[in-house]
Amino acid sequence: MHPFEYARAGDAAGAVAALAGDPEAAFIAGGTELVNWLKDGIERPGRVVDINRLPLGQIEATSAGLRIGTLARMSDVAAHRAVRSGFPALAEALERSASAQLRNMASMGGNLLQRTRCPYFRAETDLPCNKRRPGSGCAAREGLNRTHAIFGWSDACVATHPSDAAVALRALEASVRVLGRGGERSIPLADFYRLPGDAPERDTVLEHGELIVGIDVPATPRARRSWYVKVRERASYEFALVSAAVALDLDGGRIREVRIALGGVAPMPWPLTEAERALAGLPLERAALARAVDGAFSEARPLARNAFKIALAKRTVVRALEIAGGMA
Amino acid sequence: MTLLETTLRVNGTSRRLEIDPRATLLDALRERLGLMGTKKGCDRGECGACTVHVNGRRVLSCMTLAAMHEGDEITTIEGLAREGTLHPVQQAFIEHDALQCGYCTSGQIMSAVACVREGHAGDEDEIREWMSGNLCRCGAYPNIVAAVAAAAQVMEQHAPI
Ligand SMILES: Cc1cc2nc3c(=O)[nH]c(=O)nc-3n(C[C@H](O)[C@H](O)[C@H](O)COP(=O)(O)OP(=O)(O)OC[C@H]3O[C@@H](n4cnc5c(N)ncnc54)[C@H](O)[C@@H]3O)c2cc1C
Ligand code: SF4
Ligand code: FES
Ligand code: FES
Repeated sequence: MHPFEYARAGDAAGAVAALAGDPEAAFIAGGTELVNWLKDGIERPGRVVDINRLPLGQIEATSAGLRIGTLARMSDVAAHRAVRSGFPALAEALERSASAQLRNMASMGGNLLQRTRCPYFRAETDLPCNKRRPGSGCAAREGLNRTHAIFGWSDACVATHPSDAAVALRALEASVRVLGRGGERSIPLADFYRLPGDAPERDTVLEHGELIVGIDVPATPRARRSWYVKVRERASYEFALVSAAVALDLDGGRIREVRIALGGVAPMPWPLTEAERALAGLPLERAALARAVDGAFSEARPLARNAFKIALAKRTVVRALEIAGGMA
Repeated sequence: MTLLETTLRVNGTSRRLEIDPRATLLDALRERLGLMGTKKGCDRGECGACTVHVNGRRVLSCMTLAAMHEGDEITTIEGLAREGTLHPVQQAFIEHDALQCGYCTSGQIMSAVACVREGHAGDEDEIREWMSGNLCRCGAYPNIVAAVAAAAQVMEQHAPI
């Protein structure tokens, strides 16, 4: 492991200042991503700034919604009563993530900033990967790309984003509160992640030294009737092959308004905007739901080995709608 | 690179140490404090063999830096027995023959103690789900689940442990 200094931030402004003056420094929260990157040489910071003593671990529920501090741990957010009752998609997404031990460690901000599980990116030996080493190529483009993207990819990178919570937060219209040298700004999750284009090394719009301080989830009419369905190749402790988060507002037996985001199919939580429009006004009935969801996949561009994700994702969305709507 | 002075409080005893900032909690426990009960399986957060408790919560000691734990209360498998009496989970693992090679066992036990305390050992399905972060390459799972279920009953009768 590359040598680094260890420093502990005393307050949020100090944490921001510590990185502002040092392009080689990195924050550490739960460590469940950063420590792996240090071991595999994916990151080589000269200084690691521990932010765990900052007072950013709160989970507050008000009539406006949830305010989650960046250091709130996944397990605590998932177990929180107001999250379970008012934002069930988020609780479900968190509880289906990783393992009990990892959820006790991992912070909410760190969760959003986890990076792809593309095996070439994570390899212990050096393989072509533009995300890891810009300009080196993409081994997955023509390689083993069964778990990769069907939306939003570029020739430079076909990876998916692995966070479950981010998918739920996208459907719940959350935003990320960020502190930088110029003060605080709020970034809707819809604008937080970047498409790879020709610069897949940058996953988000966050600048070096900007500190996530929290995540805000508005109390929309849809949040309470939200759900997350995760499809994976083991019953537990595995990343999503495909997942869907939905948030529904019903008018009798019909959909008034819905938000849908997909996981496991794109470099970011993927909004299914076309299906959201097509579903408005429809009765909660499987065939109608399936027809409305179908059209939103005309833009999907599967790779050599992952065309199965189209059918799987469609069914996952329908299933999530049925559960959120109380049909299943 | 400078070494760090830090104090780790493990199994009720504080130890002042000079550590490399790169040392994981797992490496500090095993190599600096001689507590070999905590195992290194994957060293990548995937197997659960390195599970310990920090301030009463189960965590993976391979995924966290030792320097981050000044002032924390750390419990390892060596700190579970009380005055020569095994913890009910340790006893149950023996009675249910919940191991073969034993490599995953200390992690399984530390995880199981927390699993029961969290209230996640209500039935076998719940135990499987909440113990899924602890892999056993020998496949002793059926006996592990039985041991956790039995220990949960004992711990309920003798609460708080
Ligand atoms: C075996 C395994 C299985 C997993 N399974 C799943 C799964 O099924 N689903 C899932 O969603 N996730 C899964 N994960 C990923 C896990 O959720 C993430 O590792 C975790 O959420 C990262 O949070 P952390 O606090 O540990 O981040 P850290 O490792 O501390 O940090 C990660 C990155 O975020 C930066 N950072 C952290 N906090 C801030 C902040 N406040 N402001 C700015 N930058 C910050 C760090 O500098 C670093 O770059 C798994 C991980 C492992 C190891
Ligand atoms: S898909 Fe992206 S992360 Fe995977 S090898 Fe290609 S460039 Fe790297
Ligand atoms: S050694 Fe820590 S999880 Fe495998
Ligand atoms: S007993 Fe051998 S790995 Fe579990």
